[in-house]
Amino acid sequence: MFKVDSKEKEIVTLYYEKNHWSITLKRMLKDWRLYVMLIPLILVFFFWKYLPMYGLTLSFKNYDSGLGILGSDFIGLAGFKSLMTDPTFWRAFRNTFMLAFYGLLFGFPIPIILALLFSEVKNKGYRSFLQVATYLPKFVSIVVITSLVTLLCTKQTEVYQGGLITQLLTAMKLIPEGTDLLKSPQYFRAIYQISGIWEGAGYGSIVYFAAVLAISPTSYEAAKMDGASKWAQIKNVTLPGMASTITIMLILDIGKLFTIGYEKVYLLYQQETWETADIVATFVMRHSGMASDGVVDQLSKAIAASADLLNAVIAMLLVVGSNIIARRVSETSLY
Amino acid sequence: MHKRLDRSEIGFKIVSYFLLTIFAVACLYPFIYAISCSISGKEAIEAGKIILWPVGIQFDAFTDIFQRTSFWLCYANTLFLTFFGTLFSILVSIIGAYALSKERLPFGRALNFLLVFTMWFSAGLFATKFFYDLTNNAFKSIGIIDEKWMVVIAMGLNAYNVVLLRNGFRGVPKEIEEAALVDGANEFQIASKVYTPISKATIATVALFYGISRWNGYFWVAQTITSEEQIPLQVYIRNFLDTYVKGTDTTFNLEVFSVQSLFYCMIVASVIPIIIIYPFIQKYFAAGVNLGGVKE
Repeated sequence: MFKVDSKEKEIVTLYYEKNHWSITLKRMLKDWRLYVMLIPLILVFFFWKYLPMYGLTLSFKNYDSGLGILGSDFIGLAGFKSLMTDPTFWRAFRNTFMLAFYGLLFGFPIPIILALLFSEVKNKGYRSFLQVATYLPKFVSIVVITSLVTLLCTKQTEVYQGGLITQLLTAMKLIPEGTDLLKSPQYFRAIYQISGIWEGAGYGSIVYFAAVLAISPTSYEAAKMDGASKWAQIKNVTLPGMASTITIMLILDIGKLFTIGYEKVYLLYQQETWETADIVATFVMRHSGMASDGVVDQLSKAIAASADLLNAVIAMLLVVGSNIIARRVSETSLY
Repeated sequence: MHKRLDRSEIGFKIVSYFLLTIFAVACLYPFIYAISCSISGKEAIEAGKIILWPVGIQFDAFTDIFQRTSFWLCYANTLFLTFFGTLFSILVSIIGAYALSKERLPFGRALNFLLVFTMWFSAGLFATKFFYDLTNNAFKSIGIIDEKWMVVIAMGLNAYNVVLLRNGFRGVPKEIEEAALVDGANEFQIASKVYTPISKATIATVALFYGISRWNGYFWVAQTITSEEQIPLQVYIRNFLDTYVKGTDTTFNLEVFSVQSLFYCMIVASVIPIIIIYPFIQKYFAAGVNLGGVKE
């Protein structure tokens, strides 16, 4: 419509360079459709991820449902103080750490070993059968898994021989007759970890298996030429080839230490096993009225929110720290 | 020397086959056992006689469950949540991830950061529950009585899945978008007609992630759905098991089958759809895990 000569164009460009914001605005207007596409995502994340973060200020409030979050009385660190002096919180804190630590200790190496074993199965048909079978539990809901655990570990009564695992352990004289596995605190961690390995080890091996497959076959041939035994090959070729994957996964898993699966604990724990099974998340549930067996008063909500806040901060420090280390190690950022 | 070398390789191979076979059997066994128990007779179960195959076959436990309208209602609720939940999550994720994949987008970096930040910092259980409850009340006050819609909209969207899609879209060569723009297409058309078909493998993977987590979703659904008629299967099974742990439910005819059979029936009924489609979709999940390894 208008004829713009080059001199005019130059002036316009100069003008815009001085007015960075108007350029940005212009670019935003040009791509307005992209922002429209972002609206649903932004709304969902705003309402159900970011507003709850603001809800963490409930840690410092004496929450009154009539007054709302903003209107409720500010009580400062009162909730936090009683959290710190609550021995059941420290028990929950310790249990969270122990479950996570054992989860890492046993849950981390097993998928790596599985991947090494998978790479030995050269028969494609049989290997995919093994993979299909071992990944399967990961796709089943946590309710089904904990229901199976509950049913298999049911105790023996006069009319019922007990669940299969109870029967087996009793027959092997590993537990005294009449033991209730589900209500004995000393077995909770084992039940949690073993079912965790059963559920996740196969699926967890996928990423390592991909790393094994990425190792060039010529490396093995070279090692064989040198007369390396299988064990030497694994030690000198396979494991070094997987090293970066293993390092990154380890760092990431450490980052996830404090976000252990609370659903499973919630579904498996009982009052009798609180000693080993009560974690920070279930502590929060009981203090905020989410679990049926909790005691809730006004301060307990501030306590619950404080525990959540502490958990979230520790989890974030671990994730961010582990990502910084992962970035150093792999020289690429993960997110 | 060569002999020793071969022996160590063969030895390791045998150990691999052996251990993996045991592990695979251990992974499958509980499901087979559950099926056997669901159709075994009362006496056999109570005496602990089932090892692998059913003993004293009965189908009354299944019949009993299938005759209950509450069971079918819950099944329908699960299907509803899975279908609409997956649809909602994947659509919002696709369009959002498409926009976030454009590096030229002003404030794109900030928005990407805000997305990833939710993977690092979580608001925790209490505050999340608090806002779900508010949403629930808000939805009811504007006339959305069906609590399932709240679950569909408020839950299940996952930053990790959006990042997977975004990285997938970033892998599409820029020239394709430029060519489409030259042809006069706008971004809506490019996203739906160009990028979506190109990235359909990634989209299928992410949709499956969403689908499985919707089908299996328990905790937050149980926390927010208060009406008995709207609970999905997972919550139904759990509530049932709770009565079992705390004392037996007396509404069942437990003359011919044991209460355990009943639970195994429910477990089987909830797992069967997954087991049927699972062999077909499993490779997408394997692909998805390795997609996660794609770094920015």
